[in-house]
Amino acid sequence: MKHESWNGFKAGAWCDEINVRDFIQTNYREYKGDSEFLSGATKRTTEMMKKVEYLFKLERQYGGVLDIDTDTVSSLTSYSPGYIDKENELIVGLQTNRPLKRGVNPFGGIRMARQACKAYGYELGKKIEDEFRYRTTHNDGVFRAYTDEMRAARHCHVITGLPDAYGRGRIIGDYRRVALYGVDKLIEEKNKDRAKISKGTLNADEIRLYEELYKQISFMEFLKEMALMYGYDISKPAKNAREAIQWTYFAYLGAIKEQNGAAMSLGRVSTFFDIYIERDMNYGILTEETAQELIDDFVIKLRMARMLRTPEYNDLFGGDPMWITEAIGGMGEDGRTLVSKSSFRMLNTLYTLGSSPEPNLTVLWSKDLPDGFKHFCAKVSKDTDSIQYENDDLMRPIYGDDYAIACCVSAMKVGKQMQFFGARCNLAKLLLIALNGGYDTTSGMHIGPQMPVIESPKLDYYEVMERYDIYIKWLANLYVNTMNVIHYMHDKYAYEKTQMALHDTDVERLMAFGVAGLSVVADSLSAIKHASVYPVTDENGYIVEFTTNGDFPKYGNDDDRVDLIAKDMTHRFITELRKTPTYRNAVHTLSVLTITSNVMYGKHTGATPDGRAAGSPFAPGANPMHNREENGALASLNSVAKISYDDCRDGISNTFSITPDALGKTDEERIENLVSILDGYFAKDAHHINVNVLNRETLMEAYENPEAYPNLTIRVSGYAVNFHKLSKEQQREVISRTFHDAL
Amino acid sequence: MSEMKGRVHSIQSLGTVDGPGVRFVVFMQGCNLRCKCCHNPDTWELFSGTEYTAKEIVSKAVRYKEYFSKKGGITLSGGEPLLQADFAKEVFALCHENDINTCLDTSGNILSNSVKELLSYTDRVLLDVKYTDDTLYKENVGCHLGVVLDFLSYLDEKSIPTTLRQVIIPTINDDEENILKLKAIADAHECVDKIELLPFKKICQTKYDNLNVEFPFSHINQAKESDINALKQHIPEYS
Repeated sequence: MKHESWNGFKAGAWCDEINVRDFIQTNYREYKGDSEFLSGATKRTTEMMKKVEYLFKLERQYGGVLDIDTDTVSSLTSYSPGYIDKENELIVGLQTNRPLKRGVNPFGGIRMARQACKAYGYELGKKIEDEFRYRTTHNDGVFRAYTDEMRAARHCHVITGLPDAYGRGRIIGDYRRVALYGVDKLIEEKNKDRAKISKGTLNADEIRLYEELYKQISFMEFLKEMALMYGYDISKPAKNAREAIQWTYFAYLGAIKEQNGAAMSLGRVSTFFDIYIERDMNYGILTEETAQELIDDFVIKLRMARMLRTPEYNDLFGGDPMWITEAIGGMGEDGRTLVSKSSFRMLNTLYTLGSSPEPNLTVLWSKDLPDGFKHFCAKVSKDTDSIQYENDDLMRPIYGDDYAIACCVSAMKVGKQMQFFGARCNLAKLLLIALNGGYDTTSGMHIGPQMPVIESPKLDYYEVMERYDIYIKWLANLYVNTMNVIHYMHDKYAYEKTQMALHDTDVERLMAFGVAGLSVVADSLSAIKHASVYPVTDENGYIVEFTTNGDFPKYGNDDDRVDLIAKDMTHRFITELRKTPTYRNAVHTLSVLTITSNVMYGKHTGATPDGRAAGSPFAPGANPMHNREENGALASLNSVAKISYDDCRDGISNTFSITPDALGKTDEERIENLVSILDGYFAKDAHHINVNVLNRETLMEAYENPEAYPNLTIRVSGYAVNFHKLSKEQQREVISRTFHDAL
Repeated sequence: MSEMKGRVHSIQSLGTVDGPGVRFVVFMQGCNLRCKCCHNPDTWELFSGTEYTAKEIVSKAVRYKEYFSKKGGITLSGGEPLLQADFAKEVFALCHENDINTCLDTSGNILSNSVKELLSYTDRVLLDVKYTDDTLYKENVGCHLGVVLDFLSYLDEKSIPTTLRQVIIPTINDDEENILKLKAIADAHECVDKIELLPFKKICQTKYDNLNVEFPFSHINQAKESDINALKQHIPEYS
């Protein structure tokens, strides 16, 4: 196959099959230099940002939601075209017909849509209410099939955050395919896949897939129609850089109009775009300044993306993040770096447009990344606190060199793997339920295997572990079954047509489980093992507190006596999860990631043997508990690095906050030292790190005067947030975290 | 290797201000000086702290090797590490066996044979020249400037790369004249390639309070970043 649009590209396997990776490998140019070549924002971009900042300000003044279209069900073609400033936009397309106006998406669950409208002073339109009265949403389906035990586990918060009331997300369409091949070619290939299926045995699995392909194709047609409304014909491949970015964005836009998934990540587009930019520069139709402008306008569009959520959801996640994650950098399998000039340009948007939590810029770090790029990343981190790092040397052997990150830490091969997202269970709470023989003191519910409260004046480590194991087995099985229900129903009632059309038809599925409270459990078990823990019971004989005498090793100090407990815990749990088969034979994976919900998990968990008071927050993700680190930052990093990625293939999140003074005396030293820290941490096979370089005082000031810091961005747990969008309680928790400080 | 033990005040796995690059910093327990500007009074006492063998210290440091890059390594600080020179020497010798760069943060007021041996395993010295005036030395430190200069001459003789450090204390040594004298000392010793001016700070006040010891310089203001930067203008070649 050949296209005029492909002139100037080197041919390869990608010409005859859908293979974006091959196109990149055959055509990209690695860049090993420094950031000197970058240009700043153009006047056009600065003017555009003024309008955007004004809209953001209005949105804040309106309590977080500027406007809602309550009469239209969001989909690809349901709104007329929307613009910020039509004449000056280089990349066009908004989710609805006006900037920051939110659409309604009831397919995940009408109740969530209704509540969200109500919370912001709107009422869901009658037409939609009527239409959905006789329609089954994902949410309806799930609750029809939830068992009593699943409801109970959900109700007492031992399993939480399940995607059962809105879109599951964490699926990354290969949006680049639209730019490289044009939609018609993608439809043609899907039709071939359909024809193949029709020739074999047709049973439940095949019929489902056959129908899914039908849906995918029909939504590719809608996607073309949507682009035509903006005046673009995307049936054919993109002809230049602007079109490549525009086509890719249209594909992403289609996905976020169709789905309100929790995390709607972007993938890995920077170096793909770079190939088109390089070609245009060779043709003399693009300069550095205009290339940056294109990336800037694209990123502005991503910063405008919004979903309609309930205030409770926003409280949980610190605003209304969409986890528009873009994976940047990394190395290729052939040893060349995948860093291109556009990897720099993407990071440069944090300067040209100012710092921002979205898109969620994620650097795939390798020891072999060019020094100039490492240096620039560290500088951007130091200046903006807006990027996170994940270990490419750890992931590349598993996922190859064209994987991306969904949400915060979930790796998947772009267009070849998808994920069934499954939030997380609360391991610390489970320990308490186990000690109380199947009774949860915070909810007053009996749950799980029923047995007497553990009876001994002083807790015995081996006895506790034996009992904990019984409950881990119980919960793991329940958790997998619950996820099976959710994803069966999501496929049935809210299938991601646009995104799945941008995957290979025989996609590999991952089912992502998660744990919260890892450091609390590790320290609690360490206390039971190395100190003396005496349970304190209430008048009904249930354990409500602990008296802990003596010192014990604490996770976060590079002490194997406790760190290996944490490592063993994740191993135990994934091993148990694997024993229950998954829907559509998905591969079980596990994450240690809490997002910002560590505050909520803590709230629903009684006092623990490590000395943590009832209701007080957990540490986020795989972080050690606040202020228990006694040997400095690297000891803390070493502890986290011991948790095995083989057990936690869905990611191990660590959030690292350090004061500028603790990082070095001069800016240059700080940058160099941060690079050394990242190199060292990832050489230890650690998976992920969020980096914040800031003083606690800055956060305290922002806590008192939020108006003065509208753009203060901080990394929390796999993503970044505007500090002012966190609840006061979350803000206090962030402030109380360990800041590695100079002595 | 002997089973000699050293007394350690504390360990900081991430040090970025005591020597080049990322460093594993061991604060030794015990000091024979009583500098009025001291910010670590909790390290004075000779016989407290935690006991470690050199092997224990180095086996900890080795766990951080990946973070050291080309420049980083271990730093022995204090307290005054020279008071435990034999132990420090064992630590540094073991570090060299493990390819770990060694850095010694000292006041340089002892030059015994043990210290000379220690220096033969030392890759860089951070030499705290507290004042450039002997009267101030005697009054505010408790030893003579000459002793420190002798130490520096020995470093020069052995060509051990040296950073001179000085805490800049408002009203006492924050004048241009002092900096020029410090520069003259640096100029006279080829081993010196860097001078660090450290701002006097009072965050150590709580340490004094906890020890129930009076902080002799509690009445002096903290040094301003801008004043330090102005003084640095006189020594650009040592930045």
